[in-house]
Amino acid sequence: MRYLALLKAIQPDTPAPPELMAAIMKLGEEATTAGVLLDQGGLLPSAAGWRVDVSAGKLAVTDGPFAEAKEIISYAVYDVRDREEAVEWTSRFMKLHRDMWPGWSGETEVRKVFGPEDFAPPA
Amino acid sequence: MTAADPTPQDARRATHRAVEAVWRIESARLIARLARLVSDVGLAEELAQDALVVALERWPQTGVPEDPGPWLLATAKHRAIDRLRRQERYARKLTLLARDAQIRQEYAEAERDAELDDHIGDDLLRLVFTAAHPVLSGEAKVALTLRLLGGLTTPEIARAFLVPESTAAQRIVRAKRTLVAANVRFELPTRAELPERLAAVLEVVYLIFNEGYAATSGPNWARPELCHEALRLGRLLAGLLPAEPAVHGLLALMELQASRLRARVDAAGQPVPLLDQDRRSWDRLLIRRGLDGLARAESLGIGSYTLQAAIAACHARATRAEQTDWPRIVALYEVLAHLQPSPVVLLNRAAAVGLAGDPTRGLVLVDELAQERALRDYPQLPAVRGELLARLGHAGPARDEFLRAAELTRNDGERALFRRRADGLVG
Repeated sequence: MRYLALLKAIQPDTPAPPELMAAIMKLGEEATTAGVLLDQGGLLPSAAGWRVDVSAGKLAVTDGPFAEAKEIISYAVYDVRDREEAVEWTSRFMKLHRDMWPGWSGETEVRKVFGPEDFAPPA
Repeated sequence: MTAADPTPQDARRATHRAVEAVWRIESARLIARLARLVSDVGLAEELAQDALVVALERWPQTGVPEDPGPWLLATAKHRAIDRLRRQERYARKLTLLARDAQIRQEYAEAERDAELDDHIGDDLLRLVFTAAHPVLSGEAKVALTLRLLGGLTTPEIARAFLVPESTAAQRIVRAKRTLVAANVRFELPTRAELPERLAAVLEVVYLIFNEGYAATSGPNWARPELCHEALRLGRLLAGLLPAEPAVHGLLALMELQASRLRARVDAAGQPVPLLDQDRRSWDRLLIRRGLDGLARAESLGIGSYTLQAAIAACHARATRAEQTDWPRIVALYEVLAHLQPSPVVLLNRAAAVGLAGDPTRGLVLVDELAQERALRDYPQLPAVRGELLARLGHAGPARDEFLRAAELTRNDGERALFRRRADGLVG
């Protein structure tokens, strides 16, 4: 089953420590070799993005930046056997941030991509 | 079921599942490291299981350790030493003692070896090649690969292959015994052995994939979990053997085929043939990964998996069935038939020639294969004939061919599909 993980954070003013970047690369390589990490990428700040809104029948394109408590930093797509495996991989990713970047705080929001198992008749 | 708070039992079960997930993530590496220490994959797997049992006892109280991999390895090693002590006390077999001494020395070395991680790739590869060792039967290779590399439990393997648990357990036990009896060492093949040994490994992975993709018998048309298991194994191999074209070729082939899993079955669970599928529900991410993998494979060298992936890519690139580049598919089949002139490949080539716009010539090619013993009871042979006859406007004979195909297939969904095709043809 497939999960989408979105990392959201308040970035400290200091740049990300190189050890953290190295550890993230290593974890990514591990997850790739394990066959569970299908896709991932870092995202530019919302200043480089936009929103297309529909409201009251009107379509409007609004350029960023957007005032949000936390910026979306990156995404990852996992292919795992069950929910618990996805929890473990995303927890490992967050532990690296906790341990290697003092003052950093953020969250990974994980959502399941609809799969055949979600259409199964109720047991 | 009410919306009440989770019971302590629910909580315990949830913790168990979390512990098992951590163990599963670590299990292949754990078994690989242990196998290098004890030179016996069967024993290594049992030690890894021991570590899981300890984790299931302790972690619910202590929480999952920050770094569970080394914890599991250390625990399994303690178990190994316990076992050795017991053996020392009760078994006086000289050979065993000699091996114990060797193992203990290796432990001492391993303890000193702070950079154990550096060898993990090699250890995993040793595990891959041992699980698909030539002394093992096909079924044993499949079961052992899923168990040692995929971390699947015996009940999971039994379910995947629709066999009783006792049968799956037997296969694994027998496979482990065979490896010991044949004195198979936990080592990498030599450069000279590599092509043949790698071919055996890839065959096992593709067998697992196909067992999931086109269940040969029974009520299920596809068992997607098995496809995903094979995909993860393929990705593992691509990470371990990045310079081997066949590994990338097979992986690309599997990613591309798996991209159609959703579209191959309709809402009623009936199979939908490739050209009738709703291509909008093909998995774009898997297609992209498959096309990337194909490019990598092609840059390394051309082999039969890569050619099959290139054929699958022709379908993946066509957003509508009418846009399929049939001449290219025919050309690729010509090369594939040259490399691997198996009856099934020749039949597929014949079908491609027919679908590329020359059903008469396709039919001639199919009929050349009619005497092939391997295709005598193969349902796709009459199905291809039926398709090509239908295109030539011979509805009656086409109908007979589809009914014949329906008789031959052992898959319930496929049978219904062939019958529907027959019913749609009025002679």
